[in-house]
Amino acid sequence: MPETRSTAYDSKIEGNVIFTRFDAALNWVRKNSLWPMPMGLACCAIELMAAAASRFDIARFGAEVMRFSPRQCDVMIVAGTVTYKMALAVKRIYEQMPEPKWVIAMGACASTGGMYRSYATLQGVDQLIPVDVYISGCPPRPEALLAGLMKLQEKISGERSFRDQTPQLAEKLEDALA
Amino acid sequence: MAANDLFESLSTAFGEKLSQRTEFRGETSFTISPADLREVANVCRTDLSFDYLLDITSIDNFGEEPRFELIYHLYSMRHGVHLRLKLKVPEEIGPVDTVSDIWPTANWHEREAYDMMGIKFAGHPDLRRILMWDGYPFFPLRKDFPLQGLPSDMPDIAFTKVTPMEGGPFVTLPSTAGSKDREPRARPPEL
Repeated sequence: MPETRSTAYDSKIEGNVIFTRFDAALNWVRKNSLWPMPMGLACCAIELMAAAASRFDIARFGAEVMRFSPRQCDVMIVAGTVTYKMALAVKRIYEQMPEPKWVIAMGACASTGGMYRSYATLQGVDQLIPVDVYISGCPPRPEALLAGLMKLQEKISGERSFRDQTPQLAEKLEDALA
Repeated sequence: MAANDLFESLSTAFGEKLSQRTEFRGETSFTISPADLREVANVCRTDLSFDYLLDITSIDNFGEEPRFELIYHLYSMRHGVHLRLKLKVPEEIGPVDTVSDIWPTANWHEREAYDMMGIKFAGHPDLRRILMWDGYPFFPLRKDFPLQGLPSDMPDIAFTKVTPMEGGPFVTLPSTAGSKDREPRARPPEL
């Protein structure tokens, strides 16, 4: 994990200046303000609402901004049974979310189709869109959803978005200097 | 008792057309033929005060001659009396008359019977699928349709696949190992 070192440059005049890696800062910013796209399809949506309410505050994690517009969201929480009738609508909403985006499959139905092994239910939303975190439960308790969110935060803090681009950036720098 | 009076008036009104009357634990059912449905329904609603259609349901007796059976559950709010009407509907012969102008709730119940069993209703204002999507090629609750479904594809609208009935992804395989090792893990499907 990228480390940060804090250095007080000149507290009286400049204030505190912190040196860190770009990736660390970027990941910190992204993981602490994950705005969910609540794809609340069935009963798990009730537990999603409970997690957003006051007792199991999801706002502690910066995720209280549940805008129902995919254009403004980072993480799609698929909470509930995905029927085949609804499946392509879920995919369309996922495709409208801008990068970077993540998906949490909340509950048994979203993870694997749950108790509905039948002609009408998609056996897991990962047949359609890539899932980052699966949360089991029927429905999972709000604390389980928060634990899943924290696991997603751990995953995000290990991302290397900037360092992975280093070869291309170095190449461009060389071209610019040459 | 109000119940018996209602049933007596129904029997006297229709006589022969009510081919069978059964009573079971206080519930009375009459079997009628599909051709008499609207007449009986009108009399039940207007004269006999059965103003509440609780349900229309259908049974697939796969292998018997009139293949489907339609069952109407009626209730009289004023007298608190339940009544059941059963019809046997053969698969090929024409559609059943709709009762959606007599009880408006029948609109969606008949759409469900059409969607799940394929029973058509003549005179229905909007007979299209209600649970599955328009253009889905099968009737899912028929006995010859498997529970795991059949593959179908309507691009941009919906698709269906066959559901695996056993195994993955999270299964516990039988073994004598300790519980930590026996715990179900995601198992990739055997191809």
